[in-house]
Amino acid sequence: QQATAKAVQYVPITKILIANRGEIACRVMRTAKKLGIQTVAVYSDPDKDALHVSMADEAYHIGGAAPQDSYLRGAAILEVARRSGAQAVHPGYGFLSENTEFAEACNNDGVIFIGPPAQAIRDMGIKSTSKHIMEAAGVPVVGGYHGEEQSDARLRQEADKIGFPVMIKAVRGGGGKGMRIALTSSEFQEQLESARREAIKSFNDDVMLIEKFVQRPRHVEVQVFGDQHGNYVYLYERDCSVQRRHQKIVEEAPAPGVSDAVRQQLGEAAVQAARAVHYVGAGTVEFIMDAQQKFYFMEMNTRLQVEHPVSEMITNTDLVEWQIRVAAGERLPLLQEDLRLQGHSFEARVYAEEPGNSFMPGAGPITRLTAPADDATTRIETGVRQGDEVSVHYDPMIAKVVVWGPDRNTALNRLASALTRYNIVGLHTNIEFMLSLLAHPEFVRGNVHTDFIQEHHAALFPDVLVTPVQACQAALAFLLQQRSEITTKTVSPAFSQSNAFLRVNQPKKSNFMLKSGEESLTVAVEEPPSGQTLSMSIVGADDKHSVSGRLEAIEGGGAVQELVSEINGVINRTRIIHHGRDLYMFTKSGVQKFTLPEPKFVSKVGAGAGTSGGGLGAVAPMPGVVEKLLVEPGQRVQAGDPLVVIIAMKMEFIVKATAAGEVQALLYKQGDTVAKDAALVKMKFDEEESADHSDD
Amino acid sequence: RLYASRAILRSIQRCYHNDTVNIIGTSPDKNSPEYQDNAARMSKLVSELRDKVAKIADGGGEKAVARHVSKGKLVARDRIDVLLDPSTPFLELSQLAGYDMYGSEEVPAGGIITGIGRVRGTECVIVANDATVKGGSYYPITVKKHLRAQEIALENNLPCIYLVDSGGANLPRQAEVFPDRDHFGRIFFNQATMSAKGIAQIAVVLGSCTAGGAYVPAMSDESIIVRRQGTIFLAGPPLVAAATGEQISAEDLGGADLHCRTSGVTDHYAVDDTHALHLARRVVGTLNRNTALQPPVAVEEPVHAAEELYGIIGDNLKKVFDVREVIARVLDGSQFDEFKQMYGETLVCGFGRLFGHRVGVVGNNGVLFSESALKGTHFIQLCCQRNIPLIFLQNITGFMVGRDAEAGGIAKNGAKMVTAVSCAKVPKLTVIIGGSYGAGNYGMCGRAYGPRFLFMWPNARISVMGGEQAAGVLAQITRDQRLREGKQFSAEEEAALKAPIIERFEHEGSPYYSSARLWDDGVIDPADTRPVLGMALCAALNAPLPPTRYGVFRM
Repeated sequence: QQATAKAVQYVPITKILIANRGEIACRVMRTAKKLGIQTVAVYSDPDKDALHVSMADEAYHIGGAAPQDSYLRGAAILEVARRSGAQAVHPGYGFLSENTEFAEACNNDGVIFIGPPAQAIRDMGIKSTSKHIMEAAGVPVVGGYHGEEQSDARLRQEADKIGFPVMIKAVRGGGGKGMRIALTSSEFQEQLESARREAIKSFNDDVMLIEKFVQRPRHVEVQVFGDQHGNYVYLYERDCSVQRRHQKIVEEAPAPGVSDAVRQQLGEAAVQAARAVHYVGAGTVEFIMDAQQKFYFMEMNTRLQVEHPVSEMITNTDLVEWQIRVAAGERLPLLQEDLRLQGHSFEARVYAEEPGNSFMPGAGPITRLTAPADDATTRIETGVRQGDEVSVHYDPMIAKVVVWGPDRNTALNRLASALTRYNIVGLHTNIEFMLSLLAHPEFVRGNVHTDFIQEHHAALFPDVLVTPVQACQAALAFLLQQRSEITTKTVSPAFSQSNAFLRVNQPKKSNFMLKSGEESLTVAVEEPPSGQTLSMSIVGADDKHSVSGRLEAIEGGGAVQELVSEINGVINRTRIIHHGRDLYMFTKSGVQKFTLPEPKFVSKVGAGAGTSGGGLGAVAPMPGVVEKLLVEPGQRVQAGDPLVVIIAMKMEFIVKATAAGEVQALLYKQGDTVAKDAALVKMKFDEEESADHSDD
Repeated sequence: RLYASRAILRSIQRCYHNDTVNIIGTSPDKNSPEYQDNAARMSKLVSELRDKVAKIADGGGEKAVARHVSKGKLVARDRIDVLLDPSTPFLELSQLAGYDMYGSEEVPAGGIITGIGRVRGTECVIVANDATVKGGSYYPITVKKHLRAQEIALENNLPCIYLVDSGGANLPRQAEVFPDRDHFGRIFFNQATMSAKGIAQIAVVLGSCTAGGAYVPAMSDESIIVRRQGTIFLAGPPLVAAATGEQISAEDLGGADLHCRTSGVTDHYAVDDTHALHLARRVVGTLNRNTALQPPVAVEEPVHAAEELYGIIGDNLKKVFDVREVIARVLDGSQFDEFKQMYGETLVCGFGRLFGHRVGVVGNNGVLFSESALKGTHFIQLCCQRNIPLIFLQNITGFMVGRDAEAGGIAKNGAKMVTAVSCAKVPKLTVIIGGSYGAGNYGMCGRAYGPRFLFMWPNARISVMGGEQAAGVLAQITRDQRLREGKQFSAEEEAALKAPIIERFEHEGSPYYSSARLWDDGVIDPADTRPVLGMALCAALNAPLPPTRYGVFRM
């Protein structure tokens, strides 16, 4: 009512600066182009050739790799806005999207900040303030008591007020110590005393706080939108419960199992929250939801979120378009009564990370990339192409795979199918993990909560053993690859025939030693003197497999080929990528990597197969920055001695000597960025006498 | 406009002259009892062959192989696999060398693996000692096989790679190994003279190279040695100790470090077999071979399946088959431009392609008459005139005999064909697909006529005449002698005389007897004839062709 009173000025937007990078920058530009709006990109040193730069009409360099040297430099970005003549700045998410000072600076410079008013950002940025505002507006919040009065009676009184179950937590507590849960009023006293005893023992301090305890909570959030004319809508809720390292990896809309009544309550509560802060633009109100579908306000995110596409998919809207229209002063394109929830949508975030290694984030070059094509039900939101590098400086998200289906099961099937066709080589991704997550029966049933990954850890990380069929497929793929490498355009075609005839009067027997993860196995292959069907067996097992097949190119597949294999009468089509001595097989459960180990002599005489001697003393376990060099050339080291300290993803890694020997050379200096598996130190190992005097 | 009209004319001609009419061969009735009987019999022969080769391929047996491998060494055939370009074929020669030759002593493959294979795109002759067979020592047949491989390298201008792992000459048989012209010393003579001709000699020392054997790496253009495994010395530690009292280990006396650092006998230092073979590949990569030869036209597979040969041929040499059925399963697209089809019909001559390369084929369809011999002579002259390699498919009982034949000059006409075959300098490849008897063997380019390669089918027989004929001739002579002496020659006596002769001819005419003695380059599965001949031809084309000059043709 307040807002409508204000006269809203319509400011046409013809040029937008996108103060971001990666997929969101590309996403915003796509809509801008659709609306006929010119786009301005900004970039840091490593992003010079990034996709978002090549998509933009203009691009401006704003500084170095570290975000504080580039994408967080508000003044520099505003300077670009001025120079390029952009009327508006879209901050994307992250970086400056929820920075009050930047929003204000935009206003002061007469540049439209595509986002909420600075005051709303400020209010929502402070957790306690936001809770108070919401409580006052009648939005349910998680109750809690953080008071100084610590008498048993007072604490019990507060617990009753909050409602059971409650959590009793030592203020100084941590790691679960001094923490108890009281499910009912009757057990409160007992749990309180127990918590206090433990807290005294552990921290010598028994000050307690009481909080509402939500069992197996779900993370449900509502997409809201407001305009400058005082209109508000909600675009239904998203469920983002499944998280790892407190970060979302798969989101869906609408939240599974939520009744229409609760859906409406959620939406209305969210609109109430937005109204309370005179919100303008796209926002997200996050709730925590318990098993009874009771929900409590957590916080409000004053930006367009990563997972906004799922809301777009079920409401058939373009929220970036809405943002731009609202920022220009237009009314919301649709009001609540115009909005219809249609079908179901999922988003999976493809990250460069190693799920099996505590979801350790990764980085590195994307040597091969093949993605499914966009269509009416599948959207691939990405900011990288084949050949790009996932930088250690930024979020390691590679792409978002968004699908829509008329119902949850169809959408889920489409998501899994799209992920199996998202084939990437060069770095570890979470695709395999995602596929096992999506296939989990509880996930299929929609029984999601924030502890999902922890609870189902065993099932989600099965011991991946190579099946005999996979081993045969891998050996076949290597064999076919070898054959395809024979040049047939020679004067001696008979010696270049790879399949008709190999050995006189006897099968050609060869052993393929394969490594897959920790597993090593040998596939014995017998190629008959004539004919196409091979006989394979895994060394150590008795079964013989009859194998035949071929490699087929995939249209638009780039390096991806399809291995058509017939093994014991079963025909399978499997996507594969050959990369040097590595073979990536994309199966229904994700990617399986097989490596043909280098011949032994390579490690004895060093890389370069028989040229110079010396060995690689130490390699970087992951991409990072050299923090400290602990040795000097000429220094003698024993196996296990620390050589180099690397900082990667805010973690410190100490690289140690693999064997005793002498340090020959340090290959990097302090502050250098190193790739995974990069050799850091050149060593001359003690055992290697004379290996360094080979040929040449 | 002129070009356009020419192009139109050409395409009209192409339509008019259908290129596919010269496809030969028929599809056999696979359900006929005769086909099935033949197929079963030939299958049996081929599986016998495979079984024998499978046993030979095991080398010196399980224990010897296990001992060999436990030292970190690869067996000879695996070494060859590592050396060759991956997934390319290896034309192994004379697998049956030494088969059943030394009584109770088995010398599988003659203790040495030889053949032709592709290394970095270059066809090379590979000679690999099998140290699991009697320590890789040289039996007489080992020497013969080694020399034959060198002869092939020389004739076809192919680089030689010696994978050396041998204890040297077999001492108890030194008299059959050492002194003669084509004995052990000839190996080094060949190395020197081939090197002189620019045919690369590369040695990879993977084991011992003692005494004379030391000359294999020493006479090579480049050599590679494996540390703590390869040794080269004129006399081993025991002999040194006996001669001078010096106590020294084999490694210190002639190991890789000594020869790479001090003596200079070897050029490249390898840490293991795989490394050594990798280095050998690199050496081949630096040979800078002249590859002026143009790749042939696109290769077309025959229209007819090679396996059908089993049902067409069978194992009975007395049954006749049309050699065109064999040609149809060897040549590209089964296409054959036959020459003088209606003249001298017992000899089939014509042109075709094998793996894209133009070839002339001469095949027997019965006994040779004067006309057949004249036709063959004419055709061989055509091939030499046009530089077209010749393929002989031998199935011949001999030249026609009898009054009419002799009066018609069969001797001088046959001689013309023998002269043409002898003098022809184009590559000649021979496959004995049936009988190879008497002068037929000569006219059809038997071993004595210098074919670059000669292979046999397992159903083939080779002897001066058939066993029964020989027994008949001997029985006749004996009967005549008895008659002169006024004695009787009973039917029982005749049978008793004939039986061992027939048996002996049958035994000595067998392809295994032949192949064991290197009268041929190997017994092959009839279904493999095309790829084997294809490789032989491609190998042969490595050598430049000298012009042919004929001797006097008796007119």
